[in-house]
Amino acid sequence: MRHIMSILVENKFGVLSRISGLFSGRGYNIESLTVNMTEKSDLSMITIVTTGDDQVIEQIIKQLRRLINVIKVRDLTLYNHIERELILIKLFVNSKNRSDVYNIVNSFRGKVVDLTSDSIVIEITGEESKLEAFIEVVRPFGIIELVRTGALAIGRGSKPTADMDKKISSI
Amino acid sequence: MQSGGEILIECLKAEGVDTIFGYPGGVLVGFYDTLFDSNITHVLPRHEQGGAHAADGYARATGKVGVCLATSGPGATNLVTGISTAYTDSIPMIVLTGQISTELIGGDAFQEADIVGITRPIVKHSYLVKDVKDLAETLKEAFHIARTGKPGPVLVDIPKDVLQNKCRYEKVKKIGLVGYQPNEHGHPMQVKKLLKSLESARKPLIIVGGGLISANGSGELEKFVDRVKVPTVTTFIAQGGLSSKNNNYVGWLGMHGNYASNIAVSEADYIISIASRFSDRSTGRLDSFASKATIAHVDFDPASISKNVKVDIPIVGDAKNVLEMANKMVDDFKWDKNETARVEWLDHVKSLDKKQPFSYTYSDTIIKPQFVVESLYKATDGNAIITTDVGQHQMWTAQFYKFQFARQFISSGGQGTMGFGLPAAMGAKLGVPDKEVIAVVGDGGVLMNIQELMTCVQYRLGIKIAILNNRFLGMVRQWQELFFDKKYSYTCLESQPDFVKLAESFGAVGLRAEKPSEVADVIKESLKVKNIPVMIDFVCAREENVYPMVPAGASISEMIIG
Repeated sequence: MRHIMSILVENKFGVLSRISGLFSGRGYNIESLTVNMTEKSDLSMITIVTTGDDQVIEQIIKQLRRLINVIKVRDLTLYNHIERELILIKLFVNSKNRSDVYNIVNSFRGKVVDLTSDSIVIEITGEESKLEAFIEVVRPFGIIELVRTGALAIGRGSKPTADMDKKISSI
Repeated sequence: MQSGGEILIECLKAEGVDTIFGYPGGVLVGFYDTLFDSNITHVLPRHEQGGAHAADGYARATGKVGVCLATSGPGATNLVTGISTAYTDSIPMIVLTGQISTELIGGDAFQEADIVGITRPIVKHSYLVKDVKDLAETLKEAFHIARTGKPGPVLVDIPKDVLQNKCRYEKVKKIGLVGYQPNEHGHPMQVKKLLKSLESARKPLIIVGGGLISANGSGELEKFVDRVKVPTVTTFIAQGGLSSKNNNYVGWLGMHGNYASNIAVSEADYIISIASRFSDRSTGRLDSFASKATIAHVDFDPASISKNVKVDIPIVGDAKNVLEMANKMVDDFKWDKNETARVEWLDHVKSLDKKQPFSYTYSDTIIKPQFVVESLYKATDGNAIITTDVGQHQMWTAQFYKFQFARQFISSGGQGTMGFGLPAAMGAKLGVPDKEVIAVVGDGGVLMNIQELMTCVQYRLGIKIAILNNRFLGMVRQWQELFFDKKYSYTCLESQPDFVKLAESFGAVGLRAEKPSEVADVIKESLKVKNIPVMIDFVCAREENVYPMVPAGASISEMIIG
């Protein structure tokens, strides 16, 4: 099953390699990983999307907590949360099909951020399923390049994600 | 203002370090100049790996943090096996490495190696100190991390300029580790649950692991088992955690453990693991391990709980503290209710050991390796500290030397490191000089760190090195005999040194026994020698096997008895 984890870490030398090394060394999957500084400059938030059965996920969380620089780990899958990812996609277009692409971009609430006579760059954000749907729709035009940020997530409600305590009851 | 080197020495002293195992080198020359004038005892091994194992042996024998030091590049990489050995067995160790100057890092300079990167998966934590102002705080944290919680090695990589630069040294009093707060005390409700289940159990069993040794919990354990009368087994590495003379002691479990322990685990209806991590060598095939039992598990490390074996009653905490709590609560329960059942069960388990004890066939013409260990046991009244390498000799030592106290048995259980025994004995002897220290080794492994014999001679360490010499890499040969049609692929040591002459050339004493009748005398002679290492070459039966044996992947109750 797919899980999305928020890992609050001290912003110290080598912390990312400790976390990515833990995943590779113990054979866990990383589907996506993002790292960014938080509102406090000495803390970073790492968001990892991973897959595994319950036992594997439990081990991942416990192993992450063993790392000295890891302050908090939340499996956001168990909490009400908002998830977003941003992609930039470059497509082949020509004068004949350009307006078709514009229509699709509009209906997905994307943005055109670059345009040439034979190409277009689109920016779009959303949850994974929406982005996948968008990619499938535009694929026939011809994808020149696709880059994505990987998922970001934040808990709903007034508490910081790392301090959330109310789990979704039925998961 | 003090230099980084001076601050390092102040920090070591503040942590109570009196002995370090170090090897100088290019980036450390300046530090060694300072070190020479300090009152820290510096032991110069003859290879950095020997230094790391010695620090490990010192830590295991004393319970203190072992410290080793090496220069940048190859000096540091030579420590890797030692670090890994300590990590797997959770031994508190500080590994100090010199690094090239900060402004050169990343430029592939002479003797540069990313030792923090290389060792990342085999340390509890590691640091690269980039500023002398951070040095004292870093070392304070490093020692704290190494010795608390589930202990382990912590590496501190210190560049040459950080050792030279100056700042004002102030003793660090506070540790600011937000992400590291090990849970010292078990939850009282959980401890109550553990006792409640024990109260109603008819076939309970305690499995003692290495975490009890590092928590110094033997006293509390003894009190507990004497009170509730539960058959108790240890893991391989936790031997001595409960004295083999205790009435509740059954043996040790696992691949070459005793029959009674392995059967008891399979028959038990309730198992309490006191800080054993259920390693594959202890459990055998997982799906049939302890299949009839409810399981409680006390461990400092939450990740060890339900990692391999599903646990019903988890207790996160220090083994000693939890046992202390259990001992305080124990009278609130009714132990007489199932006492008859428990006593019958203990008798039954003990009878299994009588039926099928560790055994071998004595010969009066050729020395059996088991006989050597038995003779060592007798000659030392079971009182010596014993270290080993890995393999057949390691298992025979565990089977025929009956351990009586914690920290008496020092062996690389998790990694199974060849070449560990001799340097570990060296470290143990430095830590506990008034005890007899014997390294029982094979003729294969002893050559892997033989250079440390020189160190032992230099520092007048009167350890004994008992080589069970069968001219084979015996354990692999045994597997080849049993599972590969006796095809002895590269396990025969066709040539080897004359170990007596080798010892003498190092300035040590060399002895040899070729007949069973000589064994006792040679051991006696070796024990008379003080302050000089003695190497004894026991010329043993070549194709003796270790039994019982649980084949790899088999259930723990399916032992080859031999």
